[in-house]
Amino acid sequence: MPLLQAHSLGVHFATPRGLLRAVAGVSLAIEAGETLGLVGESGCGKSTLGRAIMRLVPIAEGTLLLEGQDITRLEGASLKQVRPKVQMVFQDPVSSLNPRRRVGSLVGQPLSVAGWSRRDIADRVAELLAQVSLPRDAAERFPHEFSGGQRQRIGIARALALSPKLVICDEPVSALDVSVRAQVINLLKDFQDRLGVGYLFISHDLSVVENVADRLMVMYLGRVVEQGAAEAVLRRPAHPYTHALLSAAPVANPRLARARQRVVLQGELPSPVNPPSGCPFRTRCPFAEARCAAEVPLLRPAPGDGQLVACHFDFTERFAAAADAATGVSA
Amino acid sequence: MAGGTPGLFRRFARNRAALLGLVILLVVVGLALAAPTLYPRNPLRIVGPAELWPLQDPRFPLGTDSIGRNIAAIIAHGARATLLIGIFASLTATLIGVTIGAAAGWFGGWVDELLMRLTEMFQVVPGLVFVLTIVSILGGTVENITIAVGVVSWTGIARLTRAEFLTLRDREFVQACRAMGMPDWRIVLAEVLPNALPPVIVLSSLAVASAILFESAVSFLGLGDPQVASWGRLVGEGRTLIRSSWYISAVPGVAIMLMVLALNLIGDGLNDALNPKLRNR
Amino acid sequence: MSGLEVRGLSVALFTRAGVLPALSGVSLRVPPGRTLALVGESGCGKSMTALAIMRLLPEPPARIVAGQVMLDGVDLAALPERRMLAVRGKAVSMIFQDPMSSLNPVATVGEQIVEVLRRHEGLGGRAARQRAVELLELVGIPDAAARLDEYPHRLSGGMCQRVMIAIAIACRPALLVADEPTTALDVTVQAQILELLQRLQAETGMALLLITHDLGVVAEMADEVAVMYAGRIVEQGPVDAVFDAPLHPYTRGLIGATPSGGTAGRHARLADIPGSVPGLAELPAGCAFAPRCPLAFGACGAQPALLAQAPGHVVACFAAEGVPADAAAAGA
Repeated sequence: MPLLQAHSLGVHFATPRGLLRAVAGVSLAIEAGETLGLVGESGCGKSTLGRAIMRLVPIAEGTLLLEGQDITRLEGASLKQVRPKVQMVFQDPVSSLNPRRRVGSLVGQPLSVAGWSRRDIADRVAELLAQVSLPRDAAERFPHEFSGGQRQRIGIARALALSPKLVICDEPVSALDVSVRAQVINLLKDFQDRLGVGYLFISHDLSVVENVADRLMVMYLGRVVEQGAAEAVLRRPAHPYTHALLSAAPVANPRLARARQRVVLQGELPSPVNPPSGCPFRTRCPFAEARCAAEVPLLRPAPGDGQLVACHFDFTERFAAAADAATGVSA
Repeated sequence: MAGGTPGLFRRFARNRAALLGLVILLVVVGLALAAPTLYPRNPLRIVGPAELWPLQDPRFPLGTDSIGRNIAAIIAHGARATLLIGIFASLTATLIGVTIGAAAGWFGGWVDELLMRLTEMFQVVPGLVFVLTIVSILGGTVENITIAVGVVSWTGIARLTRAEFLTLRDREFVQACRAMGMPDWRIVLAEVLPNALPPVIVLSSLAVASAILFESAVSFLGLGDPQVASWGRLVGEGRTLIRSSWYISAVPGVAIMLMVLALNLIGDGLNDALNPKLRNR
Repeated sequence: MSGLEVRGLSVALFTRAGVLPALSGVSLRVPPGRTLALVGESGCGKSMTALAIMRLLPEPPARIVAGQVMLDGVDLAALPERRMLAVRGKAVSMIFQDPMSSLNPVATVGEQIVEVLRRHEGLGGRAARQRAVELLELVGIPDAAARLDEYPHRLSGGMCQRVMIAIAIACRPALLVADEPTTALDVTVQAQILELLQRLQAETGMALLLITHDLGVVAEMADEVAVMYAGRIVEQGPVDAVFDAPLHPYTRGLIGATPSGGTAGRHARLADIPGSVPGLAELPAGCAFAPRCPLAFGACGAQPALLAQAPGHVVACFAAEGVPADAAAAGA
């Protein structure tokens, strides 16, 4: 039984311009000890999906199962009981820590909410701070005395305090410098290896996700357009949007960058309040045809590696050929 | 709790004007505390010749008023009333303002709409008229004046608290608290409120000054407590002799001015000290 | 020579805590039509360099204390502010990280472009408007004439950055300084903006000083790359040379820490650089990277000079100088 299962999850917000379907019909499963990468551009609904799984925003449709228990509509005491199992690491290491609390109090907060005794909290906090390689005296200091990377470690310690089963990592390294980013990614990986925790790793940066994810999910305008094993999605993308994302991501290798053929998408994200009919991506898709405006493509197995793709057509071979051509030149 | 108190005072003391304000305030507080010792008997008692100018008789360093009461004694005892009314009126206003502002900002939606319309209703009535109405209905005791001033002064504090809550509500650390299952009341009181308070404290210190002005105005108009010595009342009583013995109004007038100035300087200093953006300058 | 040449630029911050060295002896050359990428992490001084070149340093506390900024034979660092006003926006332009807050929210896009044209080109009325439409078309804004009367908040981040670029290139500057121009944008929009910058450079022959923390953007865009750490350039050279054979341990660390397509998989561990960037107030004596450096040895207590290790490829590191053994012996 998977750790977390979501069946056609939908999250809606009422806006002055109409109903915003921030997340529509998303199904996913995360196993213990596994990382599901969630990729997409701003406004695609990836953060909202993360917050829906955290039960921080109301779920309009679908079901959410944690270890087989339906938590979609839990409230009050029963919700509080499952909260410790799912925790979150936030993007902004500044705003995610209350500036007026000492680090020890911040990390101990989930424990105190769970009713731990003062002494047990102090012991556990010391242990956690050691695990994220923060100095012993960190507990007595304030967050602003630490660098961005250290603050993110504090956030990770807080998320892991109650030994959660699942951690939602919402762009955990996007605000960090490159050299520190690697430290934090490695730290998250270490914890996974040791504790068997599952991650939902949300990021706009494919190169980061590639480095952490076992499986990958690509979202566009609230819908999943492609999902499957990370290796398969990244090496043999089946959806034109995934292909464009991969192609747009800058490669830190000048020779490769010059050699490859870049697909630069035209236009920008349409308004999520008023999405295009049929396939949401069709307005920017270089291969769009009449059928794409009429029919919503359903997720179906792509040929070959078996990832799921929401597209009426088969582009896998074509994209693979282009990718091989590029890497062939570099080799 | 905010980064250690010694640091706070050092940042406050960097502003020389604020330090001067603090000194003036401490002098007034000292005067208020010493009043019963310096002038143990009722200050409203007639003790000497009328309209004696200051520095003429060492017994009456600030002179006497139109019926021969010691102005120095009235100033000293008046400092008590002034300070008490100022501080308690400001506390009342802060309590009402923070509660209403916090509720509006935290819950949003129709609660916010309702509370903000209520705030606007209070804002459109001129403050002094409101205070005079309440005092003339309830009677001019010190308690009633304090409540009346508090009831008209909370609107600015409510608006500021609401604005702070609106920005803080969506911070990630609040989400983190919700994610760990912390109840709303605890998030509001222990997480959001301490972050929202610094600018509110500045405004509260300024509210003390405006409360003192309200009290002076009420007493000046003769609606104050007849049993209590008050600076504003002395200004009012001296106004008929403004051509001959102008010092009767001027002495308490200067006291009010210094006090209000001191509180404003302190407010500025607190603003600098509590504003994290200026901390590293 | 033409283009930009910065020689020995030093900027100090005059603060309560004392005088802090924000930039120390920065030298750069960007010939016309070429792109130099300035890379480094936050606080390394790359934005400070850009602001010093533009003479937009926050004064006080910052001040240029030494060095020259030569642009087509004129030292910008020595120009009086009055004459600098005529240079800024005309000979040199700058675009910033956050396009939304770089545009004035209460003026229309058209007004903001026309303002520059009137100021520097003396264009007015219909001619200015006509030119503004051309500029918007040049930066790839569809339906340009209609967009002219829009307010910035009606445009997306990518569109705002295009408008900023249109304003920046309105007077055909010799140098465009782009400070993290795509950091706030999504990947697909970033690709559009980078492509636009490349196309405009090819058409106008302007020199481009690109400031970024993203080695991917460097690899895509740059001819030359300069790596900064703690206010100094630690390595500089042609982009291929620096990526193929990085000489400074910091550059090597940055490249190792960057997850790059095709090279690292799920189970590869990223190389990380221990510790974090030191603040300007706590810089160690000698090489600022030494406390985090795996190769640090005795000699690193002194400040290494930028020395050429290959034609056009300079590095400031004792360990890279090819004499580490001798120096280590001397230091031990």
